[in-house]
Amino acid sequence: MAVPTSSSVDLSAALVLGPTTVADWLVILPVAWCFAIGALLVMLRRAIGLHPIIAVAGLAGLVLIDALLLGHVAAKGPVTMAMGRWLPPFGIAFTVDLTGALFALVAAVVALAGGIFSLADINDSGRRYGFYPFLMLLMAGVSGAFLTGDIFNLYVWFEVLLISSFGLLVLGSEPEQIDGTVKYGFLNLVATTLFLVATGYLYAVFGTLNMADVARKAEGLRGSAPLMTLTALYVLAFGMKAAAFPVNFWLPASYHTPRVVVSALFAGLLTKVGIYALIRVMVMLFPVEREELSFVMALAGALTMIVGVLGALAQTDFRRMLGYLVVSGIGSMLAGIAVGGPGGIGGAIFYALHSMLVMTGLYFAAGIAARLGGGSSIATVSGLYRKNVGFATLTLMLCFAVSGLPPFSGFWPKVMLVKAALDIGAWWLAAALLLAGFCTVIATGRLFLLAYWRDDAGAAVETVRLPSAVLAPLAALSLLTLGLGLYPEPLLATIQSAAAGLAEPSAYLNSVFPAGGPQ
Amino acid sequence: MEAWFALLVGIFFTVAVYLMLSKFIIRVLLGVAVLGNAVNLLIFTGGRLTRGVPPVIAGGADALGGPAANALPQALILTAIVISFSFFAFLLVLAWRAYEDLSTDNTDEMRVAEPVKEPMPPLGY
Repeated sequence: MAVPTSSSVDLSAALVLGPTTVADWLVILPVAWCFAIGALLVMLRRAIGLHPIIAVAGLAGLVLIDALLLGHVAAKGPVTMAMGRWLPPFGIAFTVDLTGALFALVAAVVALAGGIFSLADINDSGRRYGFYPFLMLLMAGVSGAFLTGDIFNLYVWFEVLLISSFGLLVLGSEPEQIDGTVKYGFLNLVATTLFLVATGYLYAVFGTLNMADVARKAEGLRGSAPLMTLTALYVLAFGMKAAAFPVNFWLPASYHTPRVVVSALFAGLLTKVGIYALIRVMVMLFPVEREELSFVMALAGALTMIVGVLGALAQTDFRRMLGYLVVSGIGSMLAGIAVGGPGGIGGAIFYALHSMLVMTGLYFAAGIAARLGGGSSIATVSGLYRKNVGFATLTLMLCFAVSGLPPFSGFWPKVMLVKAALDIGAWWLAAALLLAGFCTVIATGRLFLLAYWRDDAGAAVETVRLPSAVLAPLAALSLLTLGLGLYPEPLLATIQSAAAGLAEPSAYLNSVFPAGGPQ
Repeated sequence: MEAWFALLVGIFFTVAVYLMLSKFIIRVLLGVAVLGNAVNLLIFTGGRLTRGVPPVIAGGADALGGPAANALPQALILTAIVISFSFFAFLLVLAWRAYEDLSTDNTDEMRVAEPVKEPMPPLGY
């Protein structure tokens, strides 16, 4: 028996031998933090009085961690951490670049706003059913999806966030929710299974699951391997997760049924994870295939915008209308991915970040409107402006932002997307973007006219004060969208270098394989 | 052997899609279960099929002596089995609750969240 001595095995070829620096831990900390807080909340399941405090503090901590991570990535470029010290591509690697860090930070901000809003929206029974643990686990899944550098790991994070979202969606168990969850659950499960099919094929073709490894091997395999099939499968799977037409029907069927704060979080987080995954796979891993699928995706994007906004125009219910507006926004992001280039990809990323903030804020507004007006049908609710002027102003700001009107955050990505579409000669895509924006103005304008400005004939309307737990998150998101609209320069610069890092991923590859790595 | 397995995977997918196209939740549920297994089998086949060859490197050698099945897809399947099983369990309970609360398992009749005859949005001010 030959016993290998320590000198005969060169461990440095397979393992990270140096100590892990504190900055490296930042890469994994958002996920570990969310899991730790979630586990703590589950352990304290009887002390539901403590749940909101711990969860809000935990989410504030998550915002801080993600901000530090973004600062670190902006200063140093992409950062990689290998799990279990196994070097990529053998071990699972978490690789954070600007795109992932930006999405993670905005997701954490949205979740913090949701956590604060939930103080007034989730009652004791909701807390006993585990709203806060589910929320923390959802954030673990969302953060993991934005930060991972391994495609099977991405699938696992999708499942983590999906199972938490099931828990949040049925919280309360009203017949409406059960109905919505049936459609949401089955269709999303089929989408993630398609993702798994694609990943199985990917491994069979590439022999690796590390995204950086796939990106550098794709060029050599392009002639011999069915990369187009793979890409098409990914487009279908992520398109379904993102609610792109014609696989969008699960979203308007379910998003208006759960608690308002749950709708708000879903609108802000879940579909955007699909868009992020689509950007990552299409732009970084399979750029040539993206070019070839460009027309199909642009068509799907244009139809998603138009179908979404027509759906919004046909709704009487505030929250159901918002569900269709979420779909319509997804169309704009798809258009950006289809157009490509710095303008298209940058526009898609900007639009996604803007949409996360604004759609969450609008669902908050829908919740407050239902609280003030006693319902969410714009045929019956009226006089909200008289009841609370401040709230009406904040809603109006968000309505402007979602329609893409200046001076709010929706304006700049729309400009970038329209310009990018015109630059490649896709005038019909630019027209669809503008038409969708115009119809959104009509839909939100009608909402404001009927529910806010219209007065009850003869009824005495008195001012209603709102608790700050519901008003503060709405105000924060509205002011954030105003701030990003007035002074977009820092974000725009970050997004542009993020888009450049995706299109030319040499920094990403260097971070995963510092010395060229095993071939 | 891979060819036979490919055929089997194809049959699994066909059955799954056929079942999932049904209106009745219980059939869709069975379709989902078959779909999960179809994917597992697909990944399993993708990892090479060799019988009785453990992927263990002999003492003194640096690489495997001959072709052996790749162990990684099997680890992936293990993950996927756990996930698809837990989802199946959740959806099974959900389907039962839906049958109890909505008293139907026909998705065409599940119109609580999206009622059939909705009034038009107001056309005037």
